Amino acid sequence: MKILRYLLQKEFIQILRNKSMWPVIFVMPIVQMLILVNAATLELKKADVYIVDQDMSDASRQLVNKLEGNPFFNVTSITDADFNADDQLLHGKANVVLDVPQNFERDLKRNNSASLQLRVDAINGMAAELTWSYMNSLIRSYNNNIRANWMGISKFDPPQKIVVSQRYWYNPTLIYAFYMAPGVLVILVTLIGMFLSAVNLVREKEIGTMEQLNVTPIKKYQFIAAKMIPFLVIALLVLSFGLLIAKLVFNLPFRGNIFVLYGFTTVFLLGVMGLGLLISVVSDTQQQVFFVSYFFLLVFILMSGLFTPVESMPKWAQWLDHLNPLYYMMKVIRNVVLKGSGFFDLKYEFLSMLGYGVAMFSLAVMRYRKTA
Amino acid sequence: MKQLLGFIRKEFRHIFRDPRTMIILFGIPIVQLLLFGYVITTEIKDARIAILDKSHDEVTREITHKLLSSGYFKLDAMLDNEGQIDNIFRQGNVKEVVVFQDDFGKRLKRDGQANVQVIADASDPNTAQLLSNYTNAIVQDYLQKKFVNYKIPLEIKPQVRMLFNESLVGAFMYVPGTMALILIIISAMMTSITIVREKEMGTMEILLVSPLKSHHIIIGKVTPYLILSVINAVTIVILGNLVFGVPVRGSLILLMFVVILYIMLALSLGILISTIAASQFSAMFVSIMALMLPTMLLSGFIYPIDNMPVVLQVLSNIMPARWFIEAVKAVMLKGVGAGYIWKQLLIMAGMTIFFLGISVKKFKLRLE
Amino acid sequence: MENEDIVIRVRDLVKKFGQFVADDHLSFDVYKGEIFGFLGANGAGKTTAIRMLCGLLEPTSGELTVAGLDGFKQREAIKRRIGYMSQKFSLYEDLTVNENIRLFAGIYGIPTRIRKEKTEELLEKLELTSARKKLVRDLPLGWKQKLAFSLAIIHDPSIVFLDEPSGGVDPVTRRRFWDLIYEAAHEGITVFVTTHYMDEAEYCDRVAIMSAGKIVALDTPEALKKEWDATSMDGVFLKLARSNE
Repeated sequence: MKILRYLLQKEFIQILRNKSMWPVIFVMPIVQMLILVNAATLELKKADVYIVDQDMSDASRQLVNKLEGNPFFNVTSITDADFNADDQLLHGKANVVLDVPQNFERDLKRNNSASLQLRVDAINGMAAELTWSYMNSLIRSYNNNIRANWMGISKFDPPQKIVVSQRYWYNPTLIYAFYMAPGVLVILVTLIGMFLSAVNLVREKEIGTMEQLNVTPIKKYQFIAAKMIPFLVIALLVLSFGLLIAKLVFNLPFRGNIFVLYGFTTVFLLGVMGLGLLISVVSDTQQQVFFVSYFFLLVFILMSGLFTPVESMPKWAQWLDHLNPLYYMMKVIRNVVLKGSGFFDLKYEFLSMLGYGVAMFSLAVMRYRKTA
Repeated sequence: MKQLLGFIRKEFRHIFRDPRTMIILFGIPIVQLLLFGYVITTEIKDARIAILDKSHDEVTREITHKLLSSGYFKLDAMLDNEGQIDNIFRQGNVKEVVVFQDDFGKRLKRDGQANVQVIADASDPNTAQLLSNYTNAIVQDYLQKKFVNYKIPLEIKPQVRMLFNESLVGAFMYVPGTMALILIIISAMMTSITIVREKEMGTMEILLVSPLKSHHIIIGKVTPYLILSVINAVTIVILGNLVFGVPVRGSLILLMFVVILYIMLALSLGILISTIAASQFSAMFVSIMALMLPTMLLSGFIYPIDNMPVVLQVLSNIMPARWFIEAVKAVMLKGVGAGYIWKQLLIMAGMTIFFLGISVKKFKLRLE
Repeated sequence: MENEDIVIRVRDLVKKFGQFVADDHLSFDVYKGEIFGFLGANGAGKTTAIRMLCGLLEPTSGELTVAGLDGFKQREAIKRRIGYMSQKFSLYEDLTVNENIRLFAGIYGIPTRIRKEKTEELLEKLELTSARKKLVRDLPLGWKQKLAFSLAIIHDPSIVFLDEPSGGVDPVTRRRFWDLIYEAAHEGITVFVTTHYMDEAEYCDRVAIMSAGKIVALDTPEALKKEWDATSMDGVFLKLARSNE
C-alpha cells in the first residue's frame, strides 16, 4: 500500500507540472458546456416559408397574416405564381413552400371543404416532421377562425369531449438545457477520465520508463490504480466545476444528494477508465490508444440514450446497451439531478456499473504484463 | 520524384502493417454509419407508462387498450394512488403516467366531458412532449372513431409532400454528416498525430537532413491518408445507398470533386495542427476540441444550425464541415449541379489555401 | 569457486521470436562480486539475454537461476533482488532529482529515515546537491547516467544489470561512470553489463562475447587477449569475428 502512495505522489506531481493539461481540465468544461448545450437543441425555433398564393382572396390573406404573426414561421416572400418555388427548396432558401390553390375560398364556401398544398424539405426528417406538425396545428386554428367568422360558432365542438391536461414534471417549462447539460457533463467526465489515463499509461511505454518500473517489485494492481486514481480525482473536479457552470449559466436545478452523484460517478469512472487502461496496456503507441478509445467512445455516446431514447432502438441495440457504461450513467445523472433519486431507486444501475468497473479494472490488471 | 514515390510507399507500408489501425480506419466509418442509421431514430416506440385508473369502467379500459396497442407505449405498472407517481418516476424507467379521473365514463355520458391527466417525465423534455402529444392524439382519436358519421363543416385539408426524403429516413441526414466527421478524423487528426509523432520521437530531424525536400516529406505523409479517405468516402456512399437507400441524385463526378476538395481542406488543417502542436497529446487535444466536437455539433450534422443561438450560428461559418455538408446534401439528395453550390466550393477552396499558407509560414519560421 | 558463490546460473537458455532464434543455448555462470561483461555487435542477442535475466522477457527454454531464484517461476521475487538500468536511463524527466530518488526508494520499500540519509549521501557522492531541485530533463547526459545507476542500486540489490549503460556518452564521462561501477562491485554487488564499446570490455573481470545469438568466447580479458594474440579487446573482437565468418 505504501508503494501506491509513492506512485500516486509521482503521478500528481507530473500532472500538476504538465502545463498542457490545465486547459484540458479547466477550459474544456466551460467551452463544452457553453457550446454543446446551446448548440445541441432539438427544439425548432424558426422555419422559412415561401408562399405561393394563387387565390389572393380574403381567406388566403387571413392565412398569410396568421403565418406572418406566428413567431415560429418566417415568411420569406409571397408570390401569386409557382415560377421558382422548387428552386427555393433546392437552394435551401426556404424550408417549406405553401401553395394556396386558385379558387380556394370559393371551394371552401361551395363544397364545405378545400385543400392546401405543402412542400417540405425533408432531408432532416425530424425537423420536417416537426415543421409539418406546427403547420398543421396552425392551419387547424386558422380553420377554427374561419368557422367562427363565417358560421358564428366560436369553436367546433363534438357532442362529447375528453379534456387531456398535459403536465410536465421535473421540468415544467420544457427547458432543453436541463436535459442536455447533465448529458454533456457525463460525456466530458468520460472523455477526461478515459483519454487522459489511457494516454498517460501508453506514454510511459513510448518513452521507456515503463520498462524501468517493470523490473521493480511493483504489483500490477498498484500500477494500474496509480494510473487511475489521479484522473478519477480530476474527473470528479471537472464534474463539480461543470455542475457549477450548469447552475450559474443554465440555472439547472439540483434536487438530489451531491454525494449520491459522486458515488455513482466514481463507480462509473472505474469502468470507463478501466476500459481505457485495458486498451492502453495492449497498445504500443498513443495513436493506437487514441483511435481505439475514440471508437468505443463514439459507440457509447451514440447509444447512451442522449440522442435518442433507448426504448426506440432496435432490440439488439437495447440488449447491447447493457454493456455500455454511458447508458447507465446518463440515466443516473438525469434522475439524481432532476428528480432527486437515491441509491435505492437506482440499485440495478449501481450494481451493473459496479460489476462493470470491477471487471474492467481486473481485466486491465490481468492483461498488463510486466514482461515486454 | 522517384525518391518521393519510394517515401510514399514506405509510409503506406507503415500504416498497413498494423492491423489494429487498419481495422479502426475502415471499421469506424462503417460502424458509425450503421449506428446512425439503425440506432438513432426519432420515432418513439415502447415507451414505458404507468396508469392510474380511478374509474375502472369500460371507457377507461378501452382507452387504455388503445394506448397500449398503439406501439408507442408499454405498460409498466398500474398505480393505486397519486403518491406512487413520484416514486415510480424516480426509478427512471417510466416516462409517463396517465391518470383517469373517477367516474370517467359516467361523466362523459352525463356531462359530455371527462378529464384525463397526462403527467410526463420532462427530465427528457423532447420525449416528454412527444409522448404527451401522442397520448392526446390517441385519446382524441378514440372519440372521433365513436362519432365517425359526424360531419365537420368548412374543413381545410392540408396535403403535405415531403421532398427529397419522402419516408423521412434519418440516414439522409447522417450520410453526409458521417462523411464530414470521418474525413476530418482520418485526414486531419491522423495526419497531425503522425507528423507530430515523428517530431516527438526525433525521427523528423532525420527526415529533414535526408535528401528529401521538406514538402516531399509532407506529401509523403499525407498521400496515404488522402487515398484512405477517398476509399472511406466511397464506402460510406455505397453503404448508405445499399443499406439505407440514400440516393445519389446529382452527378457522381461533382460529388467526388466535393469530397476530394474537402479531404484536401482537412489535410491542410492536419498539417497546420502539426506545425502548432508540440506533442501528440496536444495534437489530439486540439483535434478533439477544434475539429471533432465542432464538426459533430456546429456543422448542422445532428442539430440544425437555424435553431442555434446567433453567436453559434456565426461560429458555424468557420466550420469546414458546415460547407461540405451543405454541398453534399445539395448534390446527393437534391441532385443540383455545380451552379447551386459554387459558394460552398469557393469557401472550402479558400480555407484550404489559407491553412496551407499559414502552415508554410510557420514551417519556414521554425527552420530559420 | 564455490557453488554458493554463483549468483547467476544459465544453462541452455533459448529465446525465440517466432522462427527467429535470438539467443541460442546460452550457458554460463556469474560469480558474486564480479563485473561480468556481455560483448557483441548490435543484434547479437545481448539485450534479449539481459532482459531475460531481469525477468522482462520470458525464456523459451533452458534453465535460469538468478540470486538463487528460478527465472521462470519466481520472476517477481527476482525483481526485489536486482537493479536494472537501460540504455535510455529511464528516469522521469519531468520530475526533479529529489523526486526521482524518493519514487524509486519508495517503490523498493526503503523506510523514510533511511531514504533521507541515503539521499544526502548519494547527492554528495554525485555532486548533485545543488541540483537536487532541478528537473532531470535539464541535467547533462553524464549526470543523468550517474543518477540512473545510483537509483538502480539504491535498494542494495545483489546484482545490477546494465544494458548498454554508456550509450551516447563521451569516453571521459564513461571513465568516471566506471568508477561508480567499481565502487558498487567493491561493496559486493555483482555487475552484469552489456556493451559494444571495447574499452569498457577491458574494465570487466570476465567477458562473454556474443555473435549471432551464441556465446563464442568467455574468459578474463587478459586470457582472451593471450589466446587470440591481441593487444586490446578490439583486436580480440576483430579476430573472433573473422574466424567465425
